[in-house]
Amino acid sequence: MVTKPLTKNIDMSRPPLDIAAYEASDGYQSIKAIAEGLSPDNVMQIVKDSGLKGRGGAGFPTGLKWSFVPRGDSAPKQKYFVVNADEMEPGTFKDRLLMEGDPHLLIEGMIIGAYTIQASTAYIFLRGEYKVSEKALKNAIAEAYERGYLGKNIQGTGFDLDIILHTSAGRYICGEETALLNALEGKRANPRAKPPFPQVSGLWGKPTIVNNVETICNLPGILTYGVDWYHGLTKGNDHGTKLFGISGKVKTPGCWELPLGLPIRQLVEEYGGGMRDGLELRAFLPGGGSTDFMLPEHLDLKLDYDEIAKAGSRLATGTMILLDNETCPVGMVGNLMKFFSHESCGFCTPCRDGLPWVDEIFNEFESGRGTRKDLQILHEHVDYLGPGRTFCALAPGATAPLGSGLKYFADDFDKHIKEKRCPYRH
Amino acid sequence: MAKIVIDGIEYEVNPNNNLLQECLSQGLDLPYFCWHPCMGSVGACRQCAVKQYRDTEDKEGMLVMACMTPASEGSIISVEDPQAKDMRERVIESLMISHPHDCPVCEEGGECHLQDMTLMSGHNYRRYDKKKVTHRNQYLGPFINHEMNRCITCYRCVRFYDDYAGGTDLSAQASHHHTYFGRHEEGVLESEFSGNLVEVCPTGVFTDKAFSSNYARKWDLQTAPSVCTGCAIGCNTTPGERYGSLRRIVNRYNSEINGYFICDRGRFGFDYVNSEERIEAPLARKEGQLAVVPKGQLQSAIDTFQGSDVIGIASPRASNESNFALRCLVGDENFYSGISDAEHEATQLILSLAKDSAFNAPSVRQIELADAVIIVGEDVTNVAPRIALALRQSVRNKAKELAEGCNIPQWQDAAVRELAQHDRSPLAILSSYATRLDDIASDIVIDSPTEIANIASAVANRISGHAPAASSDEASVAQIAAQLIEAKRPLVIAGSTSGSVSQLQAAANIARALNEKRGDVIDLCLLVSEVNTIGMSLLVNERNSLGAALEKISNGQTKKAIVLENDLYRRAAKQKIDEAFQKVEMLVIDQLPSATTAKASLVLPSTSFSEQESTYVNYEGRAQLSFQVHRNHAAALPAWRWLSDQQSGDIESLINRCAEEAKNFDKLDDLLPDLNQFVAGMKIPRQSHRYSGRTAMKANLNVHEPKQPVDDQSVMSFSMEGIPATKDSAVLGAAWSPAWNSNQSISKFQEEINGDLKQSHVGELLIERNETGSYLSLDQRPNNLNENLQVAVAYQIFGSDELSAKSNTIQERMTDAYVALSPKDAKSLDLNQGDSVSLDGNGNIAIACIRSKMKQGTVAVYCGDNDIDRHSLGTTIALSKVTEAKMKRGIQGLIVSDLCEEGY
Amino acid sequence: MQASVIASTATQARKLCAEEIKEIEHEMQLYPDKQAVGLEALKIVQKHQGWVSDESLLGISKFLDIPVSDLESVATFFNLVYRQPVGRNVILFCNSVSCWIMGSESMRSYINGKLDIDFGGTTDNGDFTFLPVPCLGDCDHAPVMMVGDDLHRNLTEGKVDEIFSEYKSKE
Ligand SMILES: Cc1cc2nc3c(=O)[nH]c(=O)nc-3n(C[C@H](O)[C@H](O)[C@H](O)COP(=O)(O)O)c2cc1C
Ligand code: SF4
Ligand code: FES
Repeated sequence: MVTKPLTKNIDMSRPPLDIAAYEASDGYQSIKAIAEGLSPDNVMQIVKDSGLKGRGGAGFPTGLKWSFVPRGDSAPKQKYFVVNADEMEPGTFKDRLLMEGDPHLLIEGMIIGAYTIQASTAYIFLRGEYKVSEKALKNAIAEAYERGYLGKNIQGTGFDLDIILHTSAGRYICGEETALLNALEGKRANPRAKPPFPQVSGLWGKPTIVNNVETICNLPGILTYGVDWYHGLTKGNDHGTKLFGISGKVKTPGCWELPLGLPIRQLVEEYGGGMRDGLELRAFLPGGGSTDFMLPEHLDLKLDYDEIAKAGSRLATGTMILLDNETCPVGMVGNLMKFFSHESCGFCTPCRDGLPWVDEIFNEFESGRGTRKDLQILHEHVDYLGPGRTFCALAPGATAPLGSGLKYFADDFDKHIKEKRCPYRH
Repeated sequence: MAKIVIDGIEYEVNPNNNLLQECLSQGLDLPYFCWHPCMGSVGACRQCAVKQYRDTEDKEGMLVMACMTPASEGSIISVEDPQAKDMRERVIESLMISHPHDCPVCEEGGECHLQDMTLMSGHNYRRYDKKKVTHRNQYLGPFINHEMNRCITCYRCVRFYDDYAGGTDLSAQASHHHTYFGRHEEGVLESEFSGNLVEVCPTGVFTDKAFSSNYARKWDLQTAPSVCTGCAIGCNTTPGERYGSLRRIVNRYNSEINGYFICDRGRFGFDYVNSEERIEAPLARKEGQLAVVPKGQLQSAIDTFQGSDVIGIASPRASNESNFALRCLVGDENFYSGISDAEHEATQLILSLAKDSAFNAPSVRQIELADAVIIVGEDVTNVAPRIALALRQSVRNKAKELAEGCNIPQWQDAAVRELAQHDRSPLAILSSYATRLDDIASDIVIDSPTEIANIASAVANRISGHAPAASSDEASVAQIAAQLIEAKRPLVIAGSTSGSVSQLQAAANIARALNEKRGDVIDLCLLVSEVNTIGMSLLVNERNSLGAALEKISNGQTKKAIVLENDLYRRAAKQKIDEAFQKVEMLVIDQLPSATTAKASLVLPSTSFSEQESTYVNYEGRAQLSFQVHRNHAAALPAWRWLSDQQSGDIESLINRCAEEAKNFDKLDDLLPDLNQFVAGMKIPRQSHRYSGRTAMKANLNVHEPKQPVDDQSVMSFSMEGIPATKDSAVLGAAWSPAWNSNQSISKFQEEINGDLKQSHVGELLIERNETGSYLSLDQRPNNLNENLQVAVAYQIFGSDELSAKSNTIQERMTDAYVALSPKDAKSLDLNQGDSVSLDGNGNIAIACIRSKMKQGTVAVYCGDNDIDRHSLGTTIALSKVTEAKMKRGIQGLIVSDLCEEGY
Repeated sequence: MQASVIASTATQARKLCAEEIKEIEHEMQLYPDKQAVGLEALKIVQKHQGWVSDESLLGISKFLDIPVSDLESVATFFNLVYRQPVGRNVILFCNSVSCWIMGSESMRSYINGKLDIDFGGTTDNGDFTFLPVPCLGDCDHAPVMMVGDDLHRNLTEGKVDEIFSEYKSKE
């Protein structure tokens, strides 16, 4: 029984499997199933049944998303399938593992996705700095063409697919799916208004699906081993496995494929090896830089989308950033604010002009000049940059660590003001 | 119609609009920046936040951007909700973080949308105490100043300049709070609509450079509703004057014509009015020289030009009143056209087509509705720029149609563009050279003038076999014909400026064929070149061409002529004019000296467009009233006054008389507002109620403001006295409404956003269509079968119009005369880019401009500011290289996309 | 879109080299719209020239017939397009949160002291340009940086010394 469908082929001490070895490890079985008669509608139903949720951050059900793509004769002929491989969320290092470790898995998943929505062109929007992934994917794509998994009439299915690897010129906002489409079109990566959603008018105005790398890597397993198997993987309410990562001052930081629904504590203590000697866990961001802080008291919650949401945060990318008791929480939030401020695309006012102010205020705190008035302004910005106020989700993402940080680390902010310096600096 | 509830009050709204637009239409004050009535919504500024509730049960509500939310049936929103207000206050606070707060030295101050919105949003205490972001400004040419520090990043500039007007040299650069709007490097903004940036920018980033150097606050300008005299479209403008000099021109909203935008010729081409060269006093020839006429002798000098043998030559740039007064003076028979014979012939044809019930002359707004267009021979951008801007919108009808199919609202600007990509409604251009609209054209045919007429005929014949037969191997004929047949609202554009009657005839046949095939009235837009070409031509007998007048002079049938505001050297070959001028004694009335005034025996100074009240008839046959803005402080009078009895009478009675006596003009008097319709019968002040008369700027000279003259002629007064036009927008000079000091206040005067002005005057269409015409046979002038090159006429937006070309601002953008030719022809003539070329061996010299898209055998001649005696050139010419070249400006500034770079 | 360029500016354009043209033409097959190729062309030119000069920008504009201001608009938007000359090796130093927790600030000052440049600077000898970069997605090996195309993990002062000497000796 396969229990780690995402990483079963991954061994970072060697190059990724070539296509023959990949095939030998049940690879490309799903394409054979398609060739044997699975219709796009069948595949869509299977993916819906699997309960797969997007791993890019928002956790939106994948099958449902696909079903919004117009079908039938009146629908535009040209459609696009796009892989979001722009991984730039601070503290997130999971898609890199998949692409460097098992590129064929992604390609197989892409064929499934593209087939389902009947897109004959697929782009991988890859972060420019991911040079190793680029090389691995290039090789794998070439192999897949050679073996007839890409190109015209794939495996006799009558379905054509070209995969084009696009390397980004760098900007966090490119990860936002509509900004990504603009970047692919060679435009400034400002996000687009929704509606219309990309499923209706996306890349070059055509119906488009954007999925995260990890989401897509779930597809071959679901098709090859079936929905029941997939449902059996989990330990919680959400289905399948997920990549979970830990960074920060734990003994063994890293990224592992684990069933959804595992208690957080198990992840931190068993896989992360617990905090380094002499340090205590102060708080953690459960799924990258745009999630709310959680506290040690939350350690017994399950790694499920809903459960984490109940605690006021988001599972999001599933890669945790741990804050220890000797690192300044104000500095940590400040670091994130600098990031968000710099990566704002500059389109909408609250984000463009609000975040730099927030950033400036953190600089003041850092150098001991922060005031109560500044603190008040930070509090206001939590609302001001929140969901619905800005054009896209970047700024609301920034308010997650900001708002929860102000709440949980109020004492630390106070100390900075009172002592006119960062109390963590010696 | 849908019902929505705003703060507890129910409103009837149009569900196809967004909430912001509807709130404004209902007269509510909701602040905004990035939204523009003509450019739709993008949701960037977040200033228009309101609270929306799911239903009556929902007490929480949710903040939404009004501009990005449809005004759908049953919507419940609150503008006054504290959370929404707080959001708007935060947004404006953010926008002001790096703003320099330099209102006292900013040209926008006092009519600044940012100032208005700051107040409206309730931001009045500054909390930001960190460093501001600053930028470096760029030199953007003679029209526009750049002051980036004032930017609030609303993206309106690039959305207008690139998306709306098709410009390519302004863009958003960098990102986050360093976002910058400028060119890739310093240099002249290329778009001929760049001046609109001044009005589109809600703050003082892009300001009017010419105005800056001679500045007065909006409230210190004396203004009145005026009409642009730059071309035959008749865009509505508001000129502003202070201390006797005309300072600037801004757009004046007219729902049928210019809407919110005018071109740069119209905006910047006025300062000839302030020229030191203006004729200040009556001049008479004495011993060969023109000298000021002593006071007592003037009337007798004028009186010598009376009698049945005096002829009058009319003017296409003079008002109806002046032309009509001249006609009254000399009589119908002695009243002659003031345009070239070729243009006269074409214009007469245009007038006959204007009476044809098969056609409609589309307004600019109607042009925007066209979904398939063919242009035959006209360089629209350079002769009727505002229509070129309208055509850029018309090709987007395809996008709008696609959007409708996908349920994307039309105001979702970016989404509509994204969906359509490069899909456009068809626009076919048949021309003798590449034009500025080529980038949006679906079909471009470049050929000789005769062949263009032939191809157009072939299109007509393809549409209906009844149209005169024509054969052409041009591949796109069938496609162009099909596009026009299938369109919802096809449009045919042609005109007199191509210089080819046969092209005009062929275009008329296309429209006729469409009418026959489709059975509906066809939009036929016929362009003429000057502000009142149509008005003048309606007053002139068809046979009274300029040529006929010159012949009469040559024959000795007349010895005296009155020339009205016209430099006849622009109208006929120099030799002919010279000959005629030797045989005739002339009274010339004009504003500036010209080659013609130099030959006059009596010169009378006339007022400029801004110094008189007058009417003009545009290309559609639409008559419009233009008010006097300020007085001429010299002896100039409106030309009609010189020509009427005893220099008296008033404009109203003249207009009434014209309406009574002149055929087609019977609706002219409807243009006149009636004082009784105004509040308490009070006049409308030309000065704002903040006009700082007594804080005289010239206090160093004299602390007394001169007493304002009394205007006994019009419904406006030369002072602050009276009641500003709040409701009666027929005389809306500068729009202003409480809390709305900027031009955006116009929404307070509209029936609805983008709609008609309340009680609006959009002019009167004079010509009745009650004739049925038939196909025209083409009047092809036989081509001299020689080695020569066929001549097409070229124009420049900056230079081709006589008066605007005398403005200093425009002159900075003008080029010399040039002759455009194909690389092959250039090669055989051994010509390089920029060489001097003799056009005919008679001293007509132009600069060679080698263009890759010219057809071999055709040249396009641009005459510069009358550098070339164009009427002496035949339909074909022989070019030769000349060595000496004394050019004033060169052709560096010429903006053409197909200039061959390294020669050929 | 037609690029209407006043002739005098266009003559400053650099003629793209054959390699660049070949690669740009390849990209044309991959994207249905030339604006997309414009961004690819910027990356290609940078790959060959190290950065995108004004002359190169004009060269691309001319070659693809895209308005130069559109190119500038995207060139200045993206972090990895350099519109100023950079050193032979670009250091992309992760300054995001996990690396920050793991001490990237002190590593930054160490490099700063060692090369005598801070973020945005280029060494006098043109060997290195030092730039910050958002999270490099290698947080379990923080702190990290890239030099050229190579990723360097678990940085320590000793490691940094080694890395720089290696790049020096590469030349
Ligand atoms: C600012 C911002 C950055 C994002 N960055 C990424 C990213 O790097 N990778 C990713 O897969 N999704 C990212 N997302 C989420 C995407 O917009 C989108 O939801 C996701 O790619 C959808 O894929 P999924 O349905 O497979 O999760 C980002 C969202 C925002 C608002
Ligand atoms: S929130 Fe606004 S400025 Fe920020 S990235 Fe999104 S669209 Fe751009
Ligand atoms: S006007 Fe609505 S967001 Fe700018």
